[in-house]
Amino acid sequence: MANAKEKVKGWFIEGFVKTFIVAWIWQTFCVKWVWQTFCVKWFWKAFCVNILYKKFDSYKAWLYLSPAIILLLIFTVWPIFNTLRMAFWERYNMLQEIGGTLKFKLGFKNFVDVINYPRFIQCLKNTLLLCVLTVPLSTILALVIAVCLNSIKPLSRFLQTIFFLPYVTNSIAIGMVFEAMFNIVGYKTPEASVGIINTVIGFFGIEPINWINQGSAYWANITVLVIYIVWNALPFKILILLGGLQSVNKQYYEAAKVDSTPRLRVFTRITVPLLSPMIAYVVITGFIGGFKEYSSIVGIFGEDMQAVGGESLNTMVGYIYDSLARNQQGRASAAALILFGIIFIVTMINLGVSKKKTHY
Amino acid sequence: MKVELQNLTKIFPSRNKKSNEEVVAVSDFNLTIPDGKLVGLLGPSGCGKSTTLYMISGLQKPTAGKIFFGDEDVTELSPENRGIGLVFQNYALYPHMTVKQNILFPLQNLKGADKMTKEQMHERAYKAARLVQIDELMDRKPSELSGGQQQRVAIARALVKMPRVLLLDEPLSNLDARLRLQTREEIRRIQKETGITTIFVTHDQEEAMSISDVIVVMKLGVVQQVGKPQEIYDNPINLFVAKFLGTPPINVFDGKVKDGALYIGEEKVLDVGKVNDGRVFVGVRPEGFVPAEDGALTCKLSNVEVMGRDVSIVSSNKAMLSQTIRSIVDADYKISVGAEYVKFNLKPHKVFLFDEYTEERIYFGSQSAPTPIDEEM
Repeated sequence: MANAKEKVKGWFIEGFVKTFIVAWIWQTFCVKWVWQTFCVKWFWKAFCVNILYKKFDSYKAWLYLSPAIILLLIFTVWPIFNTLRMAFWERYNMLQEIGGTLKFKLGFKNFVDVINYPRFIQCLKNTLLLCVLTVPLSTILALVIAVCLNSIKPLSRFLQTIFFLPYVTNSIAIGMVFEAMFNIVGYKTPEASVGIINTVIGFFGIEPINWINQGSAYWANITVLVIYIVWNALPFKILILLGGLQSVNKQYYEAAKVDSTPRLRVFTRITVPLLSPMIAYVVITGFIGGFKEYSSIVGIFGEDMQAVGGESLNTMVGYIYDSLARNQQGRASAAALILFGIIFIVTMINLGVSKKKTHY
Repeated sequence: MKVELQNLTKIFPSRNKKSNEEVVAVSDFNLTIPDGKLVGLLGPSGCGKSTTLYMISGLQKPTAGKIFFGDEDVTELSPENRGIGLVFQNYALYPHMTVKQNILFPLQNLKGADKMTKEQMHERAYKAARLVQIDELMDRKPSELSGGQQQRVAIARALVKMPRVLLLDEPLSNLDARLRLQTREEIRRIQKETGITTIFVTHDQEEAMSISDVIVVMKLGVVQQVGKPQEIYDNPINLFVAKFLGTPPINVFDGKVKDGALYIGEEKVLDVGKVNDGRVFVGVRPEGFVPAEDGALTCKLSNVEVMGRDVSIVSSNKAMLSQTIRSIVDADYKISVGAEYVKFNLKPHKVFLFDEYTEERIYFGSQSAPTPIDEEM
């Protein structure tokens, strides 16, 4: 009997550990950072301590753990299970489930539906395009700004604060400000009033461009989004890279100076390699963030996620959200799993590349 | 390349902006280093020797004074235009590059007429690597090398572009004792083979003594004495220099001169001839003691350390200013075991007198002030 008990305990632990490994990965993509930073951290700490010290019987430990466990079970573990379940149930409908008795057939119909659905392909295209454009751009910009910030003495604190502002500002609010900046009232009419961006490019003799209004082109929409996303992603990256720069030994630069190294070469041959761990981190998190892009588009283009008459600018997360709103939980779950798969693969590729190129 | 420093001064502004206190790191440094010599800048920490080195390298600008390489005034030149090789205390090897890439790095920066082809660069790099005997480690990363090997890579990187002057900042301080001995021989050998004027900084007098052609002893930013190692040891210019050089250190006594005779305590130990009466510091090198039955100086014996070649006698005296008196005598001399006192005669040329207030040397008898180093040596 004791043996069986041990075995069950073993399963219990193994199951829990596996579940939470999955949960850990999953919630990185699904749950807001509050969850990440607080609940999961506390839970992991308490959980590990519990296992390490073999205090399974101790009700106190479970009591202290319970808030975190309950919240995690409801908001992280259950949704993961549910997503998996719903993705493979054919013709699933939440109302039917509530009704009770209906059994669903298991299969890949949801995935097939999602992939065959043209709007999903459009979403995928938008997401990939935004990712591919914004991540390298924002990383390079952040690197340049970080190097500049690191090399100036006066006002560096002040400028750091300025560059960090987007990080603490609500993305919907920023989106609305961007909308105002790019907006044109009365396009191509004599009394047209253009936004500040068009005014500025007007100084260089460029005709006002229809960025986001009715009839605007897809590339114009994407340009606005890229500018927005890059600007929004900069502060975090600058912060990480600046931290990395400040920990680089100054003597490398002195040695380079003695060897009469041109500035550009110092940057490419010394600064970038020495910062490579930070750059890898920034790129990986950038890609993950890029695939989850959603709120910026809502912020600028509203919930329709497209300029009036323009091409849809919906993204993967947006598609999942829309499907849920249309009571198609099966498709939403399947799309979420596909997104997870894509992020997983991209991250693996990133890690693989950075392992080769990164100097630790 | 001859290196000449004229009235070199470095003053750092005070951190505290309200007070106008300045830190004088180097004050009025004058030195001429003949071509192809190995010069050691020696002094306790904080004496401005590294600052001097960095001023020669150009990484720091002197507050006043001039630096000449040969006849060229390089004071206003930036480091990259001075043609120097600098080896940092912690070597500053680029961690992400292999040894080869590290050594090639300075060559790849060359521009214009100096620009080299890949083959030439490799040839030069391998030549430098062979010189410091690391040509078998060329494909390793610095993290895969020992401290001594890293040191050699750093020297190779500094040498590869054929600098006019090689500067080494505490080159041996990061090595363990055995490696230190080995590496200093190595530095000496490399310097001899290349014939590049080399300046190195150290706080270890033994290191400086063993490999330098010329030693510069510094204290609080002021040059105390410049000379060949043996000359400085034999003829220190003041009490600081006498104390700083030599292991075991010099023994210092409180003494007085009266009627041409030197007294330590109540004992008359030497005739010093024409020296003004008054209190003096008496420095006696450990090898300046000669034990004798009728010796002039009586010391309380505390220990005899037999070291094979010679014997070290540790004793004490009321007038001494150092912790103990340590004298080194020939092993032939047998000291009677259990003796309570030991008597010494002093060798006049190993006894130095210093002024009580200025701590400057007082020369007596056949002693005379050291001659400044001549340019040819």
